[in-house]
Amino acid sequence: MSLRFQRLILILLTLIMLGAALLLILFNTKQNIVFFYTPSELLENNIAPDKKLRIGGYVKKSSFVKKSLNNYEFKITDNTNDIVIFYKGMLPDLFREEQGIVVEGLIDKNNNIVASKVYAKHDENYMPASIKKELEKNNQWKKNYK
Amino acid sequence: MFKFLINPSRFNKFADIILKPLIIITSFTLILGLFLIYFSPLDYQQGLTVKIMYIHVPSAWLALLTYAIMAIYSIIGLSFKIPFSFVVNKAIAPIGAVFTLLCLISGSMWGKPMWGAWWVWDARLTSVAILFIIYLLIIFLNQTFENRDVREKTIAIFILIGSINLPIIKFSVDWWNTLHQPASVSKLSSPSIDISMLQPLLIMTVAFSLIGIIIAILRIKAEILIRKKYL
Repeated sequence: MSLRFQRLILILLTLIMLGAALLLILFNTKQNIVFFYTPSELLENNIAPDKKLRIGGYVKKSSFVKKSLNNYEFKITDNTNDIVIFYKGMLPDLFREEQGIVVEGLIDKNNNIVASKVYAKHDENYMPASIKKELEKNNQWKKNYK
Repeated sequence: MFKFLINPSRFNKFADIILKPLIIITSFTLILGLFLIYFSPLDYQQGLTVKIMYIHVPSAWLALLTYAIMAIYSIIGLSFKIPFSFVVNKAIAPIGAVFTLLCLISGSMWGKPMWGAWWVWDARLTSVAILFIIYLLIIFLNQTFENRDVREKTIAIFILIGSINLPIIKFSVDWWNTLHQPASVSKLSSPSIDISMLQPLLIMTVAFSLIGIIIAILRIKAEILIRKKYL
């Protein structure tokens, strides 16, 4: 084998080893890299009160209560467990029931969260508004995009 | 046939033939793309803000593509000792850096109205920020080391080490919970983006690539001239 191909193989092997090493590190520190926990993960892990964390999930249907202007209470769900969220502040435009969101805040003794920030998460589906109307008219909407 | 990709004099000849037609095609594609963006429909969820996508996504793709090209040239340059690879590496690093910056700025402007935050430290955003820092380091490395051979090899090795970041960026949205949504176009099932929005997106991607190629050709030509002068 010529010298240049030996070099090529050496470079490729080095890259593969380096990549594998880095991936092992990343997957073993997954807990620190995830941006948010799901409600089930939060309840399983029994996190101590007064710890700052982020929880992601869907806003549970008909759980949203507006107590006063900019003072809200709602539930976040991953369809198995629910977490009650208290939040004072402005909600993002995309916030609505059954929308995916991420909240950041402190957890209290009853596993409720006093949120300091609410982020809206949007999905990877892009569609013209006119097509949504058309789908709704024919009762196809929830079937395809839920 | 593809000798112009590794041979400077062939590259110069090829560049002289292709540059003018390329500029015409590019301006045509760019105008067509902007026209299609203007008439593209509003999103059912995001409304008008969805149009940031037509800048954000092409620049993100090209930031990754530019780095991938640099990585391939580094492998070729190091193993087959082709000096032209290092010319390309030096010439296109700033182009990739600009695309990355464009992606970060437009993404930030998209994040504020949609998510409610200019910036969050989730896996996708952080890995792209690291890509930008790597690009800056490559540009700075070009100013170091008096000896050109040492400098070129160091940069090529640095580019290869940094290339491990590319799969991390691509798959970060699948491996970890992120605020950034997963891929819409490059997934195994059919793209989850309506055809009326996919068309302007792809045309803008072509336009951005062509702009990148034009700047790359000009920069590589200039770099070849500089090296001839000092050889």
